[in-house]
Amino acid sequence: MNDKDIAIRAEHISKCYRIGLKETMQDSFFRTIGNFLVNPLKNYRTYRSLYNFDDVSPDQETDPSDVLWAVRDVSFEIKAGEVVGIIGVNGAGKSTLLKILSRITVPTTGRATIHGRVSSLLEVGTGFHPELTGRENVYLNGTILGMRKKEIDRKFDEIVDFSGVEKFIDTPVKRYSSGMKVRLAFAVAAYLEPEILIVDEVLAVGDANFQKKCLDKMNDVGRHGRTVLFVSHNMQAITRLCPRTILLNKGGVLADGPSPEMVSLYLSADGGTKAERVWPDLLDAPGDEVIRLCAVRAKTTDGQCTGVVNISQPVCVELEYEVLQSGHEFETYFHLINGDGIGIFQSIDNDPAWRNKAKPVGRYVSKAWIPGDLLSEGLYVINPRMYTKMPRIRRIAVDDAVGIQVIDTMDGAGARVDTVGHIYGVIRPLLKWETECVSR
Amino acid sequence: MGSHTHPGSEFITVIEPEPGWQVINVKELKDYRDLFYFLVWRDIKALYAQTVLGFLWAILNPLIQITIFTIIFGKVAGVETDGIPYVLYACVGVIPWAYLSQATTQASHSLIQGAGILGKIYFPRIIFPVTPVLAKLVDFGISMTIIVGIMGYYGVAPTWNLVWFPLFVAMMISVPLGIGLWFSSLAIRFRDIKHAMPFFIQMLMYSAPIVYSASSIPEHYRLLYSLNPIVGVIEGFRACLLGMPMPWLYIGTGMVTSVILVISGALYFKRMERIIVDVI
Repeated sequence: MNDKDIAIRAEHISKCYRIGLKETMQDSFFRTIGNFLVNPLKNYRTYRSLYNFDDVSPDQETDPSDVLWAVRDVSFEIKAGEVVGIIGVNGAGKSTLLKILSRITVPTTGRATIHGRVSSLLEVGTGFHPELTGRENVYLNGTILGMRKKEIDRKFDEIVDFSGVEKFIDTPVKRYSSGMKVRLAFAVAAYLEPEILIVDEVLAVGDANFQKKCLDKMNDVGRHGRTVLFVSHNMQAITRLCPRTILLNKGGVLADGPSPEMVSLYLSADGGTKAERVWPDLLDAPGDEVIRLCAVRAKTTDGQCTGVVNISQPVCVELEYEVLQSGHEFETYFHLINGDGIGIFQSIDNDPAWRNKAKPVGRYVSKAWIPGDLLSEGLYVINPRMYTKMPRIRRIAVDDAVGIQVIDTMDGAGARVDTVGHIYGVIRPLLKWETECVSR
Repeated sequence: MGSHTHPGSEFITVIEPEPGWQVINVKELKDYRDLFYFLVWRDIKALYAQTVLGFLWAILNPLIQITIFTIIFGKVAGVETDGIPYVLYACVGVIPWAYLSQATTQASHSLIQGAGILGKIYFPRIIFPVTPVLAKLVDFGISMTIIVGIMGYYGVAPTWNLVWFPLFVAMMISVPLGIGLWFSSLAIRFRDIKHAMPFFIQMLMYSAPIVYSASSIPEHYRLLYSLNPIVGVIEGFRACLLGMPMPWLYIGTGMVTSVILVISGALYFKRMERIIVDVI
């Protein structure tokens, strides 16, 4: 690859910490004090050794017991103009990697080359001082983020406008509500114009509407040919904003590729809700002597249990169960609940072949198809239920049996049409529209 | 910091571990001069926010201290002041001292206090200890009116010695700068600095001729005494403002010490800079 096209090149970056401040616990207050008095020399050595890494290397097999590799041998290249997401469970090294690329901390080994001016947003409102007015904080925060005074002068009105706190701009920030503070802080960040933008999960603040506004602004940033590196736990934001995602695990790069695949990989690992749940041992499976649930699956049209489905694709919910006693009629259904805990719908098995008929002993698979272009983006969980009729007795009830992540890759096909920002509502059906000109 | 920016048509930043001694990147600091301005502004504004008297405190504080010293050392203890009224003598010492003690303390605590910002954004870390050193100059400037006022009251006319004034201001700034660079980076690893600071400041005060006259120091200890740059600063201010003979021994030696202090401090700070965030 040509050097000119590359915005960020990371070569074998590793970062380790010594966490070995093992303090010997004393069982009494006086012993603790005594320990403190006796041990200044020991303390001195411990504090000194905290930043000595001569005895460690990312390649060696075993490390000293007090060494923690936050990032280990991470390499990647990001082209200019690319918008790349970084995902991974807590402790996977996301934040440390961002801190290295933002020059907050130095790698233990390895090297990163960055072509272009960088702004990093690991937090909004860094350096905000409660005693200063909104105006003064805009300037202080802006210069902390690397802007020049002249630049802020030019953008000041737009920043204030975006924040929506015009009326209070000359009031000390300590009198602001927390929401106002966040809005003002984000407005400053939104008007940064770096060639490369490094963003941590800063969008986890503010009310939902403002979060959306910020995501849209980020989307804008990506569309202006800027390189963006974006760490998030919000899979919707990742798939919508970033065509490419790097999945980190235990400090290293686990996978690097198209976002939908990476998100699905991430969700199918122990980081999220699984798309398939199997109870191999019938005796441990949910149910009783009449019926046992063997498996629940959420499949895409190609039969894969990926857990990630494109918004315009149908999903098949599959319930596999074993009937242990003949002569019962069953009522089988599931609830579909979204990530905010809102019940979207309940769907009951209505297959005419088994309507009002008892099922003989045996293994069964019931499938229900959720059409494409019905659900909105986001995470959904499925709660299956099975009852026997006459008398109505609940036999099986499992909450959060499987989860699916509905993503919108914005390919122009779905109900989103050509809209970029947030789409209102808990579902997103694709309705038939007709428009005709009735007079001229 | 193990990273550097190459100027030119394109911005290239290389981030890698760079052990060893580094010099301060002055060009980079210049790029951040607007940030300096607003941080200094923040320090000043925040200090006097929600006070009735506001900037008057910058005058009241040293004024009260001068009064106390005049009563205790001038009247009660009867300290010898080379024939100059004790009030005048003390105020020329107390006002630079107020700057020195406050700037030194704040510069030394600056990194610990800035821990929140340190972990979230990069800018040259040296900005932290330098900011209070600059911000306190504003107070110093305001409280200079006290000296002018008392000089006017006693009818002391300025002499040609006054041309040296900027030199002593520069020398005065170098002391909290040097100590601040050393102590702020030491305090990262050893919080002992925080506990030792009040005693250290007190020792500094009695080690310099603030409440007494340098002429009371025995002749054969004077060279040793002059190693303390604060001695040169205070005696220098007295000479240039009150028209006394210039004490070049104190000034010369003090200048050497303060230059060494600042350079070694800057080198040590730069060496510690790359581990600050990890250890703090």
